[in-house]
Amino acid sequence: MQKKAKTKTKISPRVSMPMLDAVERGRMFSEVALGYTLEQAVSEAKRCLQCKKPTCIKGCPVDVDCKGFIRMVADKDLAGAFARIKETNSLPAICGRVCPQENQCEKTCKLRPTGQPIAIGRLERFVADNYYAHTSCEEETGADSCVPIDESLKVAAIGSGPSSLTLAGYLAANGVKVSVYEALHSPGGVLLYGIPEFRLPKSVVQREIDSLKNLQVDFLCNYVGGKSMTLPELFQQGYKAVFLGVGAGLPRFMNLPGESLIGVYSANEYLTRVNLMFGYRFPEYDTPVPPGRNVVVIGGGNVAMDSARTALRLGAERVRVVYRRTKGEMPARQEELEHALEEGIELEILSSPLSFHGDDQGVLNKMVLQRMELGSPDDSGRRQPVPIEGDTFSLDTDLAIMAVGTGANMVLTQTTPELELNERGYVRADPETGETSMNMVFAGGDIVTGAATVVEAMGAGRRSAREILKRIKG
Amino acid sequence: MGKIIQKRVLIPKRVTEMTIKAPVIASKARPGNFVVLRLSMKGERIPLTIADADPEKGHIVIVYLIMGKTTALLDTMKEGDVILDLCGPLGRPTSIKKQGTVACVGGGTGIAALHHIAKGNFQAGNKVVSVIGARSKDLLLFKPELEKISHEVLVSTDDGSVGHKGVVTEVLEEYLDRDPDVKEVIGVGPVPMMRSVARVAQPYGIRTLVSLNSIMVDGIGMCGSCRVNVGGEIRFACVEGPEFEASQVDFDELMMRLQAFKSQEKESMELFEKKELL
Ligand SMILES: Cc1cc2nc3c(=O)[nH]c(=O)nc-3n(C[C@H](O)[C@H](O)[C@H](O)COP(=O)(O)OP(=O)(O)OC[C@H]3O[C@@H](n4cnc5c(N)ncnc54)[C@H](O)[C@@H]3O)c2cc1C
Ligand SMILES: Cc1cc2nc3c(=O)[nH]c(=O)nc-3n(C[C@H](O)[C@H](O)[C@H](O)COP(=O)(O)OP(=O)(O)OC[C@H]3O[C@@H](n4cnc5c(N)ncnc54)[C@H](O)[C@@H]3O)c2cc1C
Ligand code: SF4
Ligand code: SF4
Ligand code: FES
Repeated sequence: MQKKAKTKTKISPRVSMPMLDAVERGRMFSEVALGYTLEQAVSEAKRCLQCKKPTCIKGCPVDVDCKGFIRMVADKDLAGAFARIKETNSLPAICGRVCPQENQCEKTCKLRPTGQPIAIGRLERFVADNYYAHTSCEEETGADSCVPIDESLKVAAIGSGPSSLTLAGYLAANGVKVSVYEALHSPGGVLLYGIPEFRLPKSVVQREIDSLKNLQVDFLCNYVGGKSMTLPELFQQGYKAVFLGVGAGLPRFMNLPGESLIGVYSANEYLTRVNLMFGYRFPEYDTPVPPGRNVVVIGGGNVAMDSARTALRLGAERVRVVYRRTKGEMPARQEELEHALEEGIELEILSSPLSFHGDDQGVLNKMVLQRMELGSPDDSGRRQPVPIEGDTFSLDTDLAIMAVGTGANMVLTQTTPELELNERGYVRADPETGETSMNMVFAGGDIVTGAATVVEAMGAGRRSAREILKRIKG
Repeated sequence: MGKIIQKRVLIPKRVTEMTIKAPVIASKARPGNFVVLRLSMKGERIPLTIADADPEKGHIVIVYLIMGKTTALLDTMKEGDVILDLCGPLGRPTSIKKQGTVACVGGGTGIAALHHIAKGNFQAGNKVVSVIGARSKDLLLFKPELEKISHEVLVSTDDGSVGHKGVVTEVLEEYLDRDPDVKEVIGVGPVPMMRSVARVAQPYGIRTLVSLNSIMVDGIGMCGSCRVNVGGEIRFACVEGPEFEASQVDFDELMMRLQAFKSQEKESMELFEKKELL
C-alpha cells in the first residue's frame, strides 16, 4: 500500500482515459471511451488514499466496496477485485460506463475537494472488462460456491431492464429459478433501446445477459405483463413472487403548436428506431430513421445528449441542444456533456421552444423559441428559468427531438387495478423492500421512482431480491 | 408460437388471411386488440389487428393488405413457417356492453379488423348491423363471415357491382335515418372513410368510435410514435387506443403523419421487389 498523501498539493491528477478522436468518432457508432490499460489502471488505483473511514462507498447506491476493490487493482489482483465488486453489483461493466459517478461514488470520495477524485467508475469498468472471460458461478456472484437451482422456487420478473437483471442475478445465485418476461423482442430495457452503442456497446449488455443465462435465468421475450398474462395467473403458475421492473413509459411532449409535424420526434422514438431496430443501417434493416441535417434537441439530460450525438453520427451537419437553464444546471452526466461539446454539438442555453412550423406537406422547417433568464430560486434551491418578455428568435431545422422526460409506463398498470399507484401513475412501493400493495408483488426502478439511473434501478432490484429470498426461503 | 397454420388468399396479390398458432395471445385476445410482429432479425415491427381468436385451438387470425416491404415479405411465408416475433394482445379492447343496436362500419381491409368487434357485440347480445364497402365486388372482404354474426349486413361498392352504388357512409346514413335505436357506431377502415363516418354520425348524437392506425414502433407505450390528436390533446393509440371518440379525432393530422416515412418505405419496397433485400 502506498503512503497517505499529507497535503492536497501532493495529489497527482487522475489518469485520463484514452478516447477516440472527437472529429473521427463524431461520424461513427464505435464506443468513444476506450478504457484503461493495466498500467493506467494500476497507477490510478495507487492514487487512492485507502482511507480509514472511506466515504466513497456511501456514495454508491449498491454499496460497492470501492476502497477494497481499488486496493486489489493496485495489487494487480483483478480476480479478487472482480469478485469484490460482484458481491454487490451484478452489472459492473455497465455501471462503470453509465453511472453519473460525479454525483455518486466520486462525489463522496475524500479526494473530491482537490478536484481529482479517484476514477472509481473507470476502474470498475476496467476490472469488469478484463475479467469477463470467466463466467462460472463463483465469479458471477463473489460467493465461494453456488447454490444449486431449486426449480420449485420460482420468481418472475417483468421487464428486463437493470432492476430486473440485478434481481435475477441475486436470486439465481441463491438457488432461485427466475423467469424474466420482456415485452420487446430482445432483453435489456433502456440499456438496449435507449443508451446508444457508442456509449454502451450492445455486446457489453449481451455479455451480462448471457452470464445470467448461465445461471439458468430464463428470458421470455414478446410477453407483455398484464396483457399476455395477469399477475394472479403468474401466481397460479407457481411463481412465489413477482417483481415489476417495467421502467419508464410514454414520452412527454410540450403541447406546442406544430408539435405533430413530420420531423418532430420524441427522443424515445428516435433512439428506439436507431438502437433497438438498427435503423442506422437502413435499408439493410427495415426500420427507417428520420433524416436530419439541421437538428435541434430539446432537453438537457442524458437522453438529450444521446439523441444529439446520435443525430451527428447519422450525418447531421449541425446539432444544437436547446436547454432552458444554463450549462451548469444540465442534468446530463458530465462526461457525456463534455464529449458532446468536443464532437461539435452546440448549446442554445436559456431558451425554450414556443412553436414548430412546416411546409404544406406538414414537414418541419423552422421553430420559434423564447429566451429565458434565471429568476429567483424555487423550493429546491434551483433558480427558475423565466421568459424574457418579447425576446423570441427562430431556428431553421428539419429534425427536432423532444427529450423533455417521460411518464409512467401504463401497459401493465392499466390492466392491474389491484396495484396502488401514486398521483403521477407510478407504482407505490415500500422504499426498503419494494413491496407493493399486492401481496408478494414487488417493484423497482423507473416504474417506482420515475426516470432515474441505472444503478438506482439496480439497487432497487437488489433490495427486493433480498426481501423475496428471505420470504420464500423462510 | 407463431406457426402459420393456414394461409388463405382473399384478394390475389392484395389481401391475405393467416391463422397463426399463438395460444397465449388467443386466450387473452379481446375484440379491438392487435398484435405487433417482426419477421426477421433485420425486420420492422408492424401492428396488425386480431381479426378473430379461437382460445380452444390456440389460434389467432390476421388479415393484411400488402402495402410495402413487411406485408409483402409476410406474404411470401407459407403454412408451417414460423413468425419470428409475435407480441400481444396489445391495445385497449373495445368496450362492449349489452345496449341495443350497434352499427359496425368497415371499409377495405378494415372489414376484417371489424369482424372481431362485430362478433364481440353479437355475443354480448346486441343487434349487430354490419355496413361494409369496397371499390368493387371482388374487393369486398368477409361478407360471409359477417353474415354469421350480424343481424343485417349492408353492402356498398363504388362501382355498384354489389349492393348500393356509392360509398359506405351513404348506406350508414340511410340506416341511421331508418333505425332510431342505434346506440353506437364503430368505424374501421381507411382514414377518409373513418372521417366520413364521424361526420355522418355526428348529427344523430350517437356515440361513435373509430380505430386509428397511426405508425407504431414498440406498441407498448414507450416510444410515442403512435401519437394522435384527440380533442386537442396528444393521445397514444397503442396504449390509450386504438379506438377513440370519432368526433374528437384530428383526421388531417393522422393522414399527414402516416406519410412520415413515405420515401424510405418506397425505397425499401423497390429494393425488395428487385430481390436485393430479403
Ligand atoms: C437515452 C437514455 C440514456 C440514459 N443514460 C443513462 C446514464 O448514462 N446513466 C444512468 O445511470 N442512467 C441513464 N439512463 C436512465 C436509465 O437507463 C434508467 O433509469 C434505467 O434503465 C431504469 O431501469 P429499469 O430497470 O427501471 O427498467 P428499463 O431499463 O426502463 O426497462 C424496462 C423494460 O421493461 C419492459 N416492459 C415494460 N412494460 C412491460 C410489460 N408490461 N411486460 C413486459 N415487459 C415490459 C420494457 O420493454 C423495457 O425493456 C438513461 C435513459 C435513457 C432513456
Ligand atoms: C393498431 C393497428 C392495427 C392495424 N391492423 C391492420 C390489419 O389488420 N390489417 C392491415 O392490413 N393493416 C393493419 N394496420 C396497418 C399496418 O400496420 C401497415 O399497413 C403496415 O405496417 C405496413 O407495413 P409495410 O412494411 O408493409 O408497408 P410500408 O411501406 O412500411 O408502409 C405503408 C404504409 O403503412 C403505414 N405504416 C408503415 N409502417 C407502419 C407501422 N410500423 N405501424 C403502422 N403503420 C405503418 C404507413 O402509413 C405507410 O405509409 C394496422 C395498423 C395499426 C396501427
Ligand atoms: S456502481 Fe456506480 S456509483 Fe457504485 S461504485 Fe460503481 S460506478 Fe460508482
Ligand atoms: S474515499 Fe476516495 S480515496 Fe478514500 S478510499 Fe475511497 S476512493 Fe480511495
Ligand atoms: S407505438 Fe410506441 S408508444 Fe405507441
